[in-house]
Amino acid sequence: MRVLQIIEPAYRATLEEQDDTVLWFTRAIRGAGAPADVLLCGTAVNYSVRGQSAAGFSVGTWAQRHPPAIEHEITKLIESGARVAALAEDLAERGITTESMLAGIEVLSRKSLGGLFAQYERVWKW
Amino acid sequence: MSKTLTFLLMDAPYEQSRTSTAFRLIDLALQAGHGVRVFAYEGAVCLPLMHQQPHANAIHGRTVEEESHPTPRTWVSALIELAKAKGLPFDWVNCGLCVDERGASETIPGVRRGSPADFWKMNLESVNTLVIPTR
Amino acid sequence: MSGYLLIESRDPFESKGFAQHCELALTLLGEGNSVTLFLVENAVLAARAAAKARDLDKLAKAGVRVLADKFALHERGIDARQVIAAVEPAELNALLAHLADGAKTLWN
Repeated sequence: MRVLQIIEPAYRATLEEQDDTVLWFTRAIRGAGAPADVLLCGTAVNYSVRGQSAAGFSVGTWAQRHPPAIEHEITKLIESGARVAALAEDLAERGITTESMLAGIEVLSRKSLGGLFAQYERVWKW
Repeated sequence: MSKTLTFLLMDAPYEQSRTSTAFRLIDLALQAGHGVRVFAYEGAVCLPLMHQQPHANAIHGRTVEEESHPTPRTWVSALIELAKAKGLPFDWVNCGLCVDERGASETIPGVRRGSPADFWKMNLESVNTLVIPTR
Repeated sequence: MSGYLLIESRDPFESKGFAQHCELALTLLGEGNSVTLFLVENAVLAARAAAKARDLDKLAKAGVRVLADKFALHERGIDARQVIAAVEPAELNALLAHLADGAKTLWN
C-alpha cells in the first residue's frame, strides 16, 4: 500500500522537537515497512534548500546540542529509497531555484498532482 | 457492513476546532457500526489525560456543575463505552515519544502507548485512514 | 463512490490554501475522478452567498459535489437561505460515508 505524505507547514516546533515531526514520522513508518514518499508544498518547499542551519538556540544556561537537521532528514529519506518531490509553483513563489536545492528532489508542477496521487493508495496531507 | 477506520489526530485539547470535529466523526463512525482506531500524535496525546478537571466560570456566572465544562478525556471514555456497548473494536494509541516529552503518561484506562509502527499497522487493517493535520 | 474526498477546514479568505484546494479538486476531476469537497469549520464561510468566494460556483459547474457541514453553518449563523446554490448543506455522516467507502481523503 503506497503512501504519499504531503507536507505543507514547516519549521513548526522544529527547534523543540529537534526535527520536523512529519519527516520524522515518515522515516518511522518507512522503518515499519510503509512505502511512503514525500511531496513538499507551501512553506515546506523550503525544506529542499541547501544550507539550512538552526544552530545557536539557547535559553538561559540551556543550549541546544542537536538542532534540527532538516537537510540531513531529507537526504536520509532519499537515501532510503523514498521519492521526495517539491511543487514547482511554490518553489518559484519563494524564489528557490534548482541550483539552491538538495540533490535528488524532484520538481513537479501542481498540474501533475492528479497523476501523482493516482500512484498511491493513501494520500495524507499534513 | 462493519468496516474499520483509522484516525490520526495531532491537536492538543482546547486549541483548535479540529478536535471537536474529529470527535464528532469518530462518534459517527461508531454509531454507524464501524470499528475505530485512533493514533494520537503530538499534542493529541493530551486528549485522554486523566487529571483534566472541569471548572467554574465566573465570567459565565456558573459553578463547576452549572458550567459542565467539557474535558476531552470524558469524550474518549464515552467513545470507549459506546464501542463496548455496540461490540465494536476501538483502539486508542498515544504516540509514546510524544507522551514522554509532554509528561503525558497518566491517561484514562483504555488508552495504550505505541509508536508510528502501530499507526502503520492500524492503517493496513482499515478500509481507510484520515489524517487530521495540525497547523 | 470512492474517488476523492477533499475536506476543507480553513477560512477561504485567510490564506491561499482554500483556493489551491479548489484548484486541486478541478485537477482531479479533469483526470476522470469523482471529487467531493466537504466544507467544515471556518471553510463554510465560503458558502455564504454574499461572500466574495467564487471558487465554489466554478467547482459545482464543473461537476465537483460541494457539501458543507450543517453544524458549522449553524454555528456561524449561516442559514439554508443564505447558502449559495453550489453548496449542499449536509450532515457529517455524508463525509463519513465517503471515508468508509474508501475515497482518497485529504484534510486541508
